[in-house]
Formats: sequence, structure tokens, C-alpha cells
Amino acid sequence: MLSTGSTLPDSVSDKLPPKPEIGLPLWLLAELTYRCPLQCPYCSNPLDFAEQGKELSTEQWIKVFREAREMGAAQLGFSGGEPLVRQDLAELIAEARKLGFYTNLITSGIGLTEQKISDFKKAGLDHIQISFQASDEQVNNLLAGSKKAFAQKLEMARAVKAHGYPMVLNFVTHRHNIDKIDRIIELCIALEADFVELATCQFYGWAQLNRVGLLPTKEQLVNAERVTNEYRAKLEAEGHPCKLIFVTPDYYEERPKACMNGWGSIFLTVTPDGTALPCHGARQMPVQFPNVRDHSMQHIWYDSFGFNRFRGYDWMPEPCRSCDEKEKDFGGCRCQAFMLTGDASNADPVCSKSEHHGVILKAREEAEHATQTIEQLAFRNERNSRLIAKG
Amino acid sequence: MSFDRSKTPTWRTGYRYQYEPAQKGHVLLYPEGMIKLNESAALDAQFPGVPELAEDIEQFMEVARAQHWIDLA
Repeated sequence: MLSTGSTLPDSVSDKLPPKPEIGLPLWLLAELTYRCPLQCPYCSNPLDFAEQGKELSTEQWIKVFREAREMGAAQLGFSGGEPLVRQDLAELIAEARKLGFYTNLITSGIGLTEQKISDFKKAGLDHIQISFQASDEQVNNLLAGSKKAFAQKLEMARAVKAHGYPMVLNFVTHRHNIDKIDRIIELCIALEADFVELATCQFYGWAQLNRVGLLPTKEQLVNAERVTNEYRAKLEAEGHPCKLIFVTPDYYEERPKACMNGWGSIFLTVTPDGTALPCHGARQMPVQFPNVRDHSMQHIWYDSFGFNRFRGYDWMPEPCRSCDEKEKDFGGCRCQAFMLTGDASNADPVCSKSEHHGVILKAREEAEHATQTIEQLAFRNERNSRLIAKG
Repeated sequence: MSFDRSKTPTWRTGYRYQYEPAQKGHVLLYPEGMIKLNESAALDAQFPGVPELAEDIEQFMEVARAQHWIDLA
């Protein structure tokens, strides 16, 4: 029986499937800034965002877009932080659209105006996604850390549709809002969303810090999925084009998710300071990632250490190494393995084959008894970020 | 259900059909997603009116309508 570890006899290594050919970086996520007027306690940004380096310039971003587009990137997401705080956003949209990208603006809607919606349309923006924190004003504003957020979002969602954009509405769900999922869905249908993302909190960044206060119970989750399926059936029967996308938290799975469709497989994130990552959660890992200020996108995607670190199967210790599901789920999420086991090569503890699966079971148990209120969560803001960075 | 040929299909608002050199093929792009279309879906753009293609196209239209990729008017 082999023990856990990456040094294995040749006889076992020989049985590993061949390393798949490196795919195209079809999806480019441009995190333009970490600045944001909201303070959502489940933000996926790194805890120490306030300590990160200088933002890339307009010209540097355009170079990134041009090189990625030449390599086959087709979808471009403008994200953050709140991308609207970048004064050059319309210019970046126009350049990206000219290059042939499908351009997505992923925003909280705070800072959006009808004028901007119209200007972005002229610049060639293809789609706007607005995130909501809850279906009712009070909970939404409490979570967002802003008194006016909800009314502004409603107004902007209506304006987005009025200007002829397709619209995705994104609701991050958790134990404080998931029981209202029927009202969330009703609101999205009323706002004429084309797609609704009902995304149960994924535990990275600030969400991981606040996990006990966010993870829904199994019962809450089962109920939410049932309600969603009822609405799906109803929409389909009506021939309604609105599509509901339900993202379950992997804490209630027995097998890990095929995170990012595999490391360095289709997804490339560039963070505000130019660090390139295979996934937006990877920054915290003890892996050296390249920066677009120093390297071409070609080098970053195909040759850099960071992007090759977990490609193929050679890096896998047991139980992933001999597992017959490794080509399906790639051992799960590297960031989660690192956060919960201290070693990014380990199997994602979500997997019941992982020797660390107990941490997931414990989290489920804690969800049954958690008492934290929204007000007791750690809000994502500069002050908290600096405190955390100082340790 | 057979496809009503008298109707004019248009891509749903916000859906974009384009050639991707890196993939050597046509794709349909939509919010945060992409579908790679096979050869027959791309043919109507190149050879409009060729009768043998009609069936392929009709099949594609059926799928496209069910998936809400197109609007018919």
C-alpha cells in the first residue's frame, strides 16, 4: 500500500494517463480593481486585498486583451472589486470589443447610471451581470453594507434591459437568504433576467473567513433546490426563456468539483496588479505566479511555472493518483485543498476518499447549530483587510 | 413538431455568431458562455439555398429554438 506523498515508484507513474494537450485560454477574467463601494462578507477577493500592488494602466490592460485574443480567448469578463470605479472602463470595453471578444460587465450596479449603460452599449458591451445580495431591501442592504444599494440595483436592472442588453442576475445565497429563494426567483423573472445564477456561497476569501455564519444547513439547501426545480418546470412549460442556474456548495458533496475544468485548462484571471492566475482564488497559494508586466500572455499560459504546476496528473499524491475518477474531477479544487489541508497537492477534502474529509463533515455539523447573525460577520473593507494582513 | 419555414429566425438578443480562428470553427457566444457549432450549422452562411442542406438546417433550427438561441418572427 502506498503512503501519501508525491514520490512514487515508476511502475505506478507509468499507469498515469498521458498529460492532455494544453487547451486554449477561452475565458479571460480581468479583475480591474479591488476597490469596491460594497462590503459583502462573502467576497472572493483575497483577505489582504488592501495590501496589493498598483493597478495596471489602460495600456497594460489593452496589451493583455490583444495577446489573449490572439491566443483564442473569446469571453472577457470585466470584474473586480467593482469594475465601474475604473474611469477607463468604456475605453477598455471598446478595445476589447474591437478585438472580437464577447464582453461581460460583472458589477454590483453601484455606480452605474443610465448614461454609462448607454455609453457602454455604444462602446460595444455585450452583456451586463448585476449581483444582488438578497430579495428584500433590508437584508440586501445589510449584507452589502450600504443603505441605498437595493433601490439602485432595481433601477439599474430595469435600465439594462431597456437598453437592449441580455442580463444575468447573480444572487449569492447563504444561510441568511436561501430560504427566500422563491422571492429571489420571482424578482429575477419580474426584472426579465435572461439567466439567474443562484450561487450558494463558495468558501474562498472572505466567505471562508465567515464560513460558519454563511454555510446553509443541508435541509435549507435541499429545500432551495426543490423550489428552484419547481420554477424550472414552470418556466419550461411556459416556453419562458429565463434560465435558472443553481450552484450547490461543494461542502454537501461526496466528490469534488472539477474546479475550473482543470488547472490552466480554459480559464485565465488577471488581478488588478497584473498577477496572472489559473483561477481567481489561487492568489493565496504558495505558488509563484507570473505577472503580465514581466511576461507575455503566451509565456504565462504555456510556459510559466504557476500555470503548469497542476496540469496533467504527475503531481497527484494518493488517493487521487490511483483514483479512476481523476480524469473527471482532477482531484477537485487546489485552493480548497491548500486552505483546508495545508498542501495544495492533496485531494480536495470534499472528496470522501480524502483523509481530511472530516473537516467538511465538521463544517456540516456546525451549520446545524450556527447562531451568527449577519451583523456578526466580518465585512470586506479596507480596515478589516489591513488588520488581517498585519496578522 | 416540424419547423415553420415561413418564419424568419434571428439570434436572440445578445447572442453573437462568429468565426474563431484559434478554434478553426464557428461559435455562438452569449452571456458568459459559448457553444461550438459543427460544420453543418456553419454551412448555411456559406451555401445558402442548397437543397440538401435544408434538413440539417431545419434540425439545427429545432434545437436552436428549444434552447432559446434564436427568436422566430
